[in-house]
Amino acid sequence: MTRPIPFTLTALLALNLPLPALADAAVHALVIQDHRFEPAEIRVPARQRVKLVVDNRDATAEEFESADLRREKIIPANSKASVWVGPLPKGQYQFYGDFHQKTAQGRLIAE
Amino acid sequence: MFGSALIVFREVLEAALIVAIVMGATRGVAGRGRWVSAGVAGGLLGAILVAAFAGSISDAVNGRGQEILNASVLLAAVAMLAWHNVWMSAHGRALARQMKQVGHDVSVGSKPLSALALVTLFAVLREGSETVLFLYGLTASGTGSLTLMTGAVLGLAAGTGVGWLLYRGLLSVPIGHFFSFTGWLVLLLAAGLAANAAGFLTQAGLLPLLSPQMWDSSHIISQQSWLGTLLHILIGYDDRPTGIQLVFYLVTLGVILALMRLFGSAGSRSARPAEQAA
Repeated sequence: MTRPIPFTLTALLALNLPLPALADAAVHALVIQDHRFEPAEIRVPARQRVKLVVDNRDATAEEFESADLRREKIIPANSKASVWVGPLPKGQYQFYGDFHQKTAQGRLIAE
Repeated sequence: MFGSALIVFREVLEAALIVAIVMGATRGVAGRGRWVSAGVAGGLLGAILVAAFAGSISDAVNGRGQEILNASVLLAAVAMLAWHNVWMSAHGRALARQMKQVGHDVSVGSKPLSALALVTLFAVLREGSETVLFLYGLTASGTGSLTLMTGAVLGLAAGTGVGWLLYRGLLSVPIGHFFSFTGWLVLLLAAGLAANAAGFLTQAGLLPLLSPQMWDSSHIISQQSWLGTLLHILIGYDDRPTGIQLVFYLVTLGVILALMRLFGSAGSRSARPAEQAA
């Protein structure tokens, strides 16, 4: 118990500086409401790092997950979280809300 | 109800399989039950804390806190698994011999047990915090508590059941080969967790991908399938790994094996000189 915590804290403190590449990324908003993504289809530029800001307006937590994008991120209830993706080749990428897979389905198109 | 059971099952499964491997690796060691239980209890406590502070963790480090925490917890587990295997390579043979002779559990001191208790703690912490968040969200949204409880209990029972099956399966390995078998399991588990950590670090933008996709074997074994999920947890199978994940996997394998060889030969030199010369 004693080992990982100082390590984590040190890592958190040491890394608490903006990375230029991340700060400059284009921001795309994605809303989760009633366990659905809005918009369900999001278009982003290909070959660029982009920042998705996922705004979960539900009272339930959601996990933004995508095997295509290799992303998994918990978004607590009524809060926003950032998910960086790319640079991506042109194409379609499925993503979903792992906790509500029946309704929370979306697609990202890099073009 | 079955929806929530399934989600809880998937979250519990990884922790349960890791606990099963830890229980296998500590077979015949006195006091292991207490250590592993302490690990599970500590992990649950940590999971509740992480879930409670999920928002602030997620916002930390410019929105990369969650990824960094996940990667740190994974890498800490990798270090503990590595330490265990190196310790076993020096003491495992003597331990197995002693177990056969005395016919009851032998004591090994607290160091090897505490390392594996921490592995249990980390596994429960990581998977448990997601489960807690999921269940808490359902309570908050007003899903009937009985339905919720039933789903959670079903999922927990099923996940634990699969872990128990793996443990029973491990026990059927003859004692002569047992520790080398669990040693390989621990080794592959550690490599898989390291690759997983690399995934979180690239997600946070802290590591380059090196290559976005080394191969695509999703048409053979999809990682979304049950077999793919099991292989992912146990040996770190990935149907579309990135370059850096492959590097983490192979480097972890190589470093642990080298350390095992180094300390293994030091530990057994006196016991089996002929074998070492070969």
